Amino acid sequence: MTTLHARHPKSKRGGAIRWFMQVGWKHLLALVVIAYATFPLVYILSTSLTDMGGIENFTLFGQFYTKNYTDLLTSPDYPFLKWMTNTVTLAGITAIISVFISALAAFAFSRLRFKGRRPGLLALILIQMFPSILGLTAVYGILSKLTDYVPAIGLGTKAGLILVYLGGSLGGGTYLMYGFFNTVPRELDEAAKIDGATHTQIYFQIILRLVAPVLAVMALLSFIGTFGDYVLASIVFNTTDQYTVAVGLNLLLADPWSKNWAMFAAGAVMSSLPIVILFVSLQKYITNGLTGGAVKG
Amino acid sequence: MRKRNKNFELYSGGTPSLRGTLAKIFILGLVDAGVGFVLMVLFGKEKYGFAIFLGLVTLLVNWIYLRRGGLPAKYLAPGVMLLIAFQVYVVIFSGYISFTNYGALHNGSYAEALDAIQQSAVEPIEGAAEYEIKVVKAEDGSVLFLGLDFNTGKTFLGGEDYAKHPWREITAADGLVVDESGYPTSLSGVTFLTDDEIVEVDPGVTTMKIPLGPNLDTDGFIATADAFFAQQNRFSYIYDEKNKSMTRLVDNKIFPADETAGFFENKDGEILSEIGWQVRVGWSNYKKIFGDPDLRGPLSGIILWTFLFAFFSVFSTFVLGLTLALIFNDERIRGLKIYRAIFILPYAFPAFLSAYVWRGMFNTEDGFINRSILGFMGSENRIPWLEQQGPARAAVLLTNLWLGFPYMFLICTGALQAIPNDLTEAAGIDGASPWKIVKLIKLPLLLVSLAPLLIASFAYNFNNFGAVYLLTGGGPFLNPTLKVNAGATDILITFVYRIAFSGSQGADYGLASAFSVLIFILIGSISFFSFKRTKGLEELTQ
Repeated sequence: MTTLHARHPKSKRGGAIRWFMQVGWKHLLALVVIAYATFPLVYILSTSLTDMGGIENFTLFGQFYTKNYTDLLTSPDYPFLKWMTNTVTLAGITAIISVFISALAAFAFSRLRFKGRRPGLLALILIQMFPSILGLTAVYGILSKLTDYVPAIGLGTKAGLILVYLGGSLGGGTYLMYGFFNTVPRELDEAAKIDGATHTQIYFQIILRLVAPVLAVMALLSFIGTFGDYVLASIVFNTTDQYTVAVGLNLLLADPWSKNWAMFAAGAVMSSLPIVILFVSLQKYITNGLTGGAVKG
Repeated sequence: MRKRNKNFELYSGGTPSLRGTLAKIFILGLVDAGVGFVLMVLFGKEKYGFAIFLGLVTLLVNWIYLRRGGLPAKYLAPGVMLLIAFQVYVVIFSGYISFTNYGALHNGSYAEALDAIQQSAVEPIEGAAEYEIKVVKAEDGSVLFLGLDFNTGKTFLGGEDYAKHPWREITAADGLVVDESGYPTSLSGVTFLTDDEIVEVDPGVTTMKIPLGPNLDTDGFIATADAFFAQQNRFSYIYDEKNKSMTRLVDNKIFPADETAGFFENKDGEILSEIGWQVRVGWSNYKKIFGDPDLRGPLSGIILWTFLFAFFSVFSTFVLGLTLALIFNDERIRGLKIYRAIFILPYAFPAFLSAYVWRGMFNTEDGFINRSILGFMGSENRIPWLEQQGPARAAVLLTNLWLGFPYMFLICTGALQAIPNDLTEAAGIDGASPWKIVKLIKLPLLLVSLAPLLIASFAYNFNNFGAVYLLTGGGPFLNPTLKVNAGATDILITFVYRIAFSGSQGADYGLASAFSVLIFILIGSISFFSFKRTKGLEELTQ
């Protein structure tokens, strides 16, 4: 091969080999990685199209039943569409509010100087390290007290759970966004100030607009986080109609009377589809969103 | 100092726009109106303490937004308030709970426990009368029982408030009308409730206790289980308020309240009831963690595995993500964007679903991995993935690798693209091989910028509840001789979660909280000092 290469340095074949050595093999590797990254997803998609009950041996895409989907969408015991609406409402509202509030706090940390700023930032990060799942008792306690005082935001309400989610997501969100705000040049603020802008105008009309793509990504990440929560949602809600997708699908697997593996697969496919599409289409921004805090990209 | 003034001037002053001012007034007005409504409701319910607290917070909010200056507070207030309510409070609460015996057996206050113990132990008075009852309502609205004694044929009436409606015999003279078999059909001054109305009685007919005398504790009471029949009952235990003790009527044994254990316990060490109350126990939860021999054995294994798990999770995802990022940060590759989009699919798929999917795939008999993948590769041996310690731990790490590598791929790609091109080009011109460029230029730069994220990732995985619990539940549980329920893949957080919410002797929040405080201190200080060693913290608080 090397002799070939040497004899016809500019021949098509030699170019192809060089291309393969430099770039082509990466395509092969990409195929391997794609297989690795997607086989569980392919597996669950294929499972959702079988007519089996529990976990059985089967050939990938050997069957094409849509019954699991129609069953799940029409089942009175498992109101899947209701779960989806609940989850999207919860996750959507949480995402929007948490991004807004985190951005407010991040602005203060990035642009303003005040007493307690450094300890504040540090506390923000450290408090995230508390194993929040063990704070469940306390969270439950707060919510059940609220049920007595202000039932509208107590146990069994979306508003109550949203408040809990907000409290949990603020630290991390503020920290990431703080990194981003630092990348927006301060000169912009100064220029705006000379034009007579107030701090709210600087904040809303300059900084927020500049980091808008990041805000979208933060919202998406928060959305996915809330979407995937099982534990909190399971202690706050107790009727099937109130469940989120995570709690509901768990019910599907836990049900001792039937083995619902394929039906669960159908639910998994349907509930993840919107997120996957959103995620892939926002991919370019997500890279920035994750690294912004630490890497000046 | 100069910088400080500059910042101050930069964001203060300026003429507030009319629109902005109106918006501010409108939003504050909405908040105040909402709070006002809640306050009225609270006063109606006589919850004064909380009402005052809420009122003060609202005043504070108004003050923050209406005064001139104090700009940082205006931006921080919403976040800080939520953070205090749901994070700081949770940490403090857990800290407090860790010094109590709060748990399934010690759930409430002394008074609540007292009540619960008495209510839980009721016995029929031997040889006493039994009644067929009608539930009726008196003119003052109170619900009464009208009971026909089987044996004597006499009819009685009474309610829960002995002073107003004592249990007494009723005759035709009181306006009682009975049918031919002696059953009451009407009585002047009361209305008979229909079945539907009986169901609606609050808090419930079956919980009613109608005293037979002025003292409910000693005189006994009438109670019903089905709203048709009732009998004379008494509490099995009598409370002596002066000595703070319970007397068991069956054998007249005395059980004083043990304020250090939170149980009623007699001098022989016998506990009256499993129901106890919450008491402060000092450091005993912490002492238990460090000193209890039942706990110590499994615990050291779990802690070791937690560190290994967190380390290998970060290490494996980082190595795979970094390698892929280095290889695929190459604009010559056609379709690069599509490749990248597919590589990060595992990150986009909701994690709880992934865990379930992998659990299904790891099934020993019919799981996809044993059957299809290993089967395809010609292996006849089925690996007992989730049934033995080694394979189960491997399964957890493999799943976490799949879950986590896209994140590392993303951040490594981002960091790589942030490295200026001229740096690597210059090295290339100087004759450095691609590998040397990676090793000597890219890697060190990457590590500097990514170190804080790697530390955060370690902290996250240290407490990665979902990755373990949803996949294996902490199991398999191979050692039935252990007194504590420790599984082969249990990391600290899943182990403690089980103590807190499904312990074999009932939930023990006190012990679990002590654990969470320790985990918090441990992981917090690890992160703090590693942040300090990297540039992360300096940059962070610049």
